[in-house]
Amino acid sequence: MEIPYTVAAREDTGLNNGKIGIWLFLASEVMLFGALFATYILLRVGSTEWPHGYTILNVPLATFNTIVLISSSVTMVMAWASLMRRRFGTFRIYQGVTVLLGGVFLMVKYFEYSAKFHHELFPRTNNFMAIYFTLTGLHMLHVIGGMVVNAYLLGPGSKLYKTNPEWFTNRVENSGLFWHFVDLVWIFLFPTLYLL
Amino acid sequence: MSGSHDVDIDKHVRIYITVFVSLMVLTLITVAVGYLHLPVGPAVAVALLIASIKGGLVACYFMHLISERKLIYYVLFSTVVLFLVLLLVPLVTVHDGTWINRHIP
Repeated sequence: MEIPYTVAAREDTGLNNGKIGIWLFLASEVMLFGALFATYILLRVGSTEWPHGYTILNVPLATFNTIVLISSSVTMVMAWASLMRRRFGTFRIYQGVTVLLGGVFLMVKYFEYSAKFHHELFPRTNNFMAIYFTLTGLHMLHVIGGMVVNAYLLGPGSKLYKTNPEWFTNRVENSGLFWHFVDLVWIFLFPTLYLL
Repeated sequence: MSGSHDVDIDKHVRIYITVFVSLMVLTLITVAVGYLHLPVGPAVAVALLIASIKGGLVACYFMHLISERKLIYYVLFSTVVLFLVLLLVPLVTVHDGTWINRHIP
């Protein structure tokens, strides 16, 4: 059975199903991270003492990771633009770099976490470390999820391009929307946890 | 047809690069302001202002929200309203629920 509205827009919504689906999913994600941001505010405002993030966390490493994630957002959108121009080879380069940059982000995070554990800073240490590990850990899971989808579209999933390039382009656009959302969350996490 | 389509995408690509440079500059400003070690109030205001501008750029241009269908705007508007309610919950809690208690007979 053929899946309807993968390329053509529905008459009632004016959108294909994939697009409306990913935006509804992202709306639920906003509420998930929103709940954790609300928790952060509650913990911080309700505590008598709260450390400045920059006294505990590694700001230069996090700045580097911010640059990495923003760069990966650009390569992601360039991958989509390449498909719009029907340049599959260029798409593969940009998509590959996007996955690679996701890997760099995770590697930096691994070093950051290792340093914290080495200094005996764990989620149980205090409320600041608890919310730090929860927020960055959940964000990291999203990075891994995005990387898996992007790698699939770079590898086996790209076969669809040969039979239905428009549908494939829509898939890349939708996975890109998720990836940009992951970048967007980090844009707020970075100053909240590291700089304030 | 194909030519004008390519020109359109070229225009998009130029915008992406401009947004990328702006995001980099704003990231450096965020870090520079962080090193000033301002008092908590102004520090939060500046950090959130810059983060909101960066987030707006990503959402509008990378996520194409600037030229999206109305239905997506409705979805996001509902999300923003619910998100604000979510952020207000801690404020009520911090005041020990006094605001709520006053209204309970």
